[in-house]
Amino acid sequence: MTDIASSGTLIDAKAPPRRDIGLKRRYAAERRFRIYGILAVSVGLVFLAVMLFSIISQGYTAFSQTAVTLPITFDPAVIDPKNERESDPTKLQTANYPALAQKALAEKLGFAANDRAATRQLRGFLSDTSRVQLRDIVMADPSVIGTTRDVEILTSANIDSAFKGQIDLDVPEANRKVSDQQVGWMRKLSEEGALATRFNTGLFTNGASSRPESAGMGVAIVGSFYMMLIVLLVALPVGVAASIYLEEFAPKTKFTDLIEVNINNLAAVPSIVFGLLGLAVFVNFFGLPRSASVVGGLVLTLMTLPTIIIATRAALVAVPPSIRSAALGLGASRMQMVFHHVLPLAMPGILTGTIIGLARALGETAPLLLIGMVAFVADIPSTPLDPATALPVQIYMWANEAERAFVERLSGAIIILLIFLMAMNLTAIILRRKFERRW
Amino acid sequence: MTAAVFGLIILIGAIGFVVGRSRAAGQSTAQGKLHSLPHYHGWWAFLLAVVPAILFLLVWDVGSSVYADRTMLAQVEAHSGEDQSASPTLAGSLTRSLATAFSRLDSATLDGLPATATELKPVLAQHGMNLADNVQDYMIPIAKEASARAKSLYLAGAVVALIASLGGVFIGLSQVSLRARARNRVERLLRYALLGASTIAIMTTVGIVLSMLFQTITFFSQVSPVGFFFGTVWDPRFAAAGSGGSTGQFGLIPLLAGTLYIALVALLVAVPIGLMAAVYMAEYAKPHVRSIVKPALELLAGIPTIVYGIFALITLGPWLRDLSAALTGGSPFIQAQSIFTAGLVMGIMLIPVVSSLSDDIITAVPKAMRDGSLGLGATRSETIKKVVLPAALPGIVGAVLLTASRAIGETMIVVLAAGVAANLTINPFEAMTTITVKIVNQLTGDLEFNSPQTLVAFALGMTLFVVTLVMNIAALYIVRKYREQYE
Repeated sequence: MTDIASSGTLIDAKAPPRRDIGLKRRYAAERRFRIYGILAVSVGLVFLAVMLFSIISQGYTAFSQTAVTLPITFDPAVIDPKNERESDPTKLQTANYPALAQKALAEKLGFAANDRAATRQLRGFLSDTSRVQLRDIVMADPSVIGTTRDVEILTSANIDSAFKGQIDLDVPEANRKVSDQQVGWMRKLSEEGALATRFNTGLFTNGASSRPESAGMGVAIVGSFYMMLIVLLVALPVGVAASIYLEEFAPKTKFTDLIEVNINNLAAVPSIVFGLLGLAVFVNFFGLPRSASVVGGLVLTLMTLPTIIIATRAALVAVPPSIRSAALGLGASRMQMVFHHVLPLAMPGILTGTIIGLARALGETAPLLLIGMVAFVADIPSTPLDPATALPVQIYMWANEAERAFVERLSGAIIILLIFLMAMNLTAIILRRKFERRW
Repeated sequence: MTAAVFGLIILIGAIGFVVGRSRAAGQSTAQGKLHSLPHYHGWWAFLLAVVPAILFLLVWDVGSSVYADRTMLAQVEAHSGEDQSASPTLAGSLTRSLATAFSRLDSATLDGLPATATELKPVLAQHGMNLADNVQDYMIPIAKEASARAKSLYLAGAVVALIASLGGVFIGLSQVSLRARARNRVERLLRYALLGASTIAIMTTVGIVLSMLFQTITFFSQVSPVGFFFGTVWDPRFAAAGSGGSTGQFGLIPLLAGTLYIALVALLVAVPIGLMAAVYMAEYAKPHVRSIVKPALELLAGIPTIVYGIFALITLGPWLRDLSAALTGGSPFIQAQSIFTAGLVMGIMLIPVVSSLSDDIITAVPKAMRDGSLGLGATRSETIKKVVLPAALPGIVGAVLLTASRAIGETMIVVLAAGVAANLTINPFEAMTTITVKIVNQLTGDLEFNSPQTLVAFALGMTLFVVTLVMNIAALYIVRKYREQYE
């Protein structure tokens, strides 16, 4: 109608002037509002991208490590100058092994070992881990003494950083941690093929160390694994049992109401409070060892329980009542109905909730700090009662280290942690997609 | 040892299960139909064998260790009059650890134990154990007696438990008959177990409250509550082992101010952005955009807070400092650790929390209300601003309260990004500290459970717990009320 009216030139004059209802302004407001929405979403996504980029760009180099292959001569004159190893085997433990590596490097670079200034530079070139490494070779097979063998020895953290290009070599020599002479050696060895980067297995197997090049998160990985195992073994059965009772058996009373309010509230209690609970109850009252993964596991269990209970109850509610009626109608008892029919059908939802709860527990740091998991643990724990750390706690501890090379390590550790979390969340999503049923 | 007893009990139960099942099955073929399936008879025998025995073992273990400890402490106290080197509690704990050390020795070494502490030291060292320096000679026979007593009590308990287990199996097996209602019995027990599991939530809450309450009361017996709640100076000094005398100042105000300030900055970032994101996702985004962006935002929520803290500490903080230095051309006005940095990062962390909570609430607003508004000629943004959001307001208030409680209880971001100095300042670019940071500070390192320096952490934790509890309950109440409105 309006089309015809406005197109006719005759009627045009008679048409009342269009009332200004501010359409233009309102449409502009509409567009602006929409843009605010897009901006809000993109702020979140951009921050996510920036954070991931910053961590990955700082951390991916942690997975490779610079090592130099040297022909080490296991010189009896250095290892055992007084020839006492037959009578006193402990001499082999305490021998000056780094000297062997320094000597081999000096020979490789072609200068005399008695050059004092150069020797000092050499000491800063190789990692002190050569002591343990060479000692283990000799202890395993004392017959190597007197022979020569190619051994791959780690360089110090500074040389490692320089070789990976993280140290700006244009800065005057006095202001950086590697000297020109060391850089020269590094280039020479690299051209000869003796110095190269290799995959950093130590990052996954070593324990705590004050030297960045030999610090690893083996203890943290094992500790986290124990804790996840405890959470899974305790929280899953208890959580499922609690949800079954509340959803299938509990009469509607004040008591069950209280339980429900409690569960919802516990899900929102700050995690650090659970740490205080663990310290006061498990460590102080029950006398469980501090820093042990069993205490950490129990604290995380209490923290994860509400998540699992809420997810399980949602999964149980989603099973249609017709299944229950059918089972009861065929003569099953209520327990049989729950355990034979309802629970199996709710299982995918329960597992998804459990995995998400586990992922949250894996990244949790604050309660673990309070129960003493901030510990310098060098040996891999063999039982959950031994002192251990956890992945996020290891990251926190490296963040407190002064040396710059630890930043690379901790970023690498974050990458590993995120990969674990991503894998868990992905499993949860796949489980949900694959087994989800709509009734 | 304990594991062996447990294993034996389980083994007895397993045998009971197998025997009971086959017994029931045999009866069923001979004389008609069983009331319960054979395996229920087996389970009944198993439960009778295992449950009473293990319950007894747990009770016995706790009871006997308390009894043994009391007896030992009484003996120590009788001697402590002549001993001036340590307080009765310290002497008690020294004797206790000595008794634990003795229980690890074999009986031959135990018989030939020397009577003085100086001679004892090398003996223990041989077995890889340390002797504390202030162990007195009189403690050695007491500890020896205590360890022997613990051992015999333990043995008695184990024997009784095994007998109970065998008796249980016997009763269970003797009850196997055609008419026996084994299934009902097993199911009743199972139901009690389910009920027990569901009370764990209550027990956790009670545990939290009790554990913190006791320590807080002890703390307030040493430091006045007025000084704690209204003090403006936080200076706890050091916790010297055993001294307990030098008390510092424990003023809550600077910590509380820092906590609230940082939470406020975080909410100022998170609420507008999170709310707008939720509105966009619920009202504007096309399904395929939503299916990609929503999981991506949830990813932001799944990243552990330590990662945000590290990012603030090593990337964002220094960057902001350098940026502010470049802006003024000289000294930076933003410190590397500041309220602003911590609040900003925490706010980003909370965006997905706000958006997912408000998303649920916005989509719960009935479609009829939207349609009515659109039908009257309002644009979509007008509908959202004038109809949807006002209708969702109570729910959104609840969501904001829940988010605020998260912000107040958040630890790792502030530990790494906010600083440790307890300042009172209004400049957001300076460092301030929070309650959670101080809890972590006071409880890492060596602990002395009766010094105010350690106990203050529990008083802080109690404050935190009460504040967040009130917020959570209010939020849950509002959200629940709101949901009912449209259901």
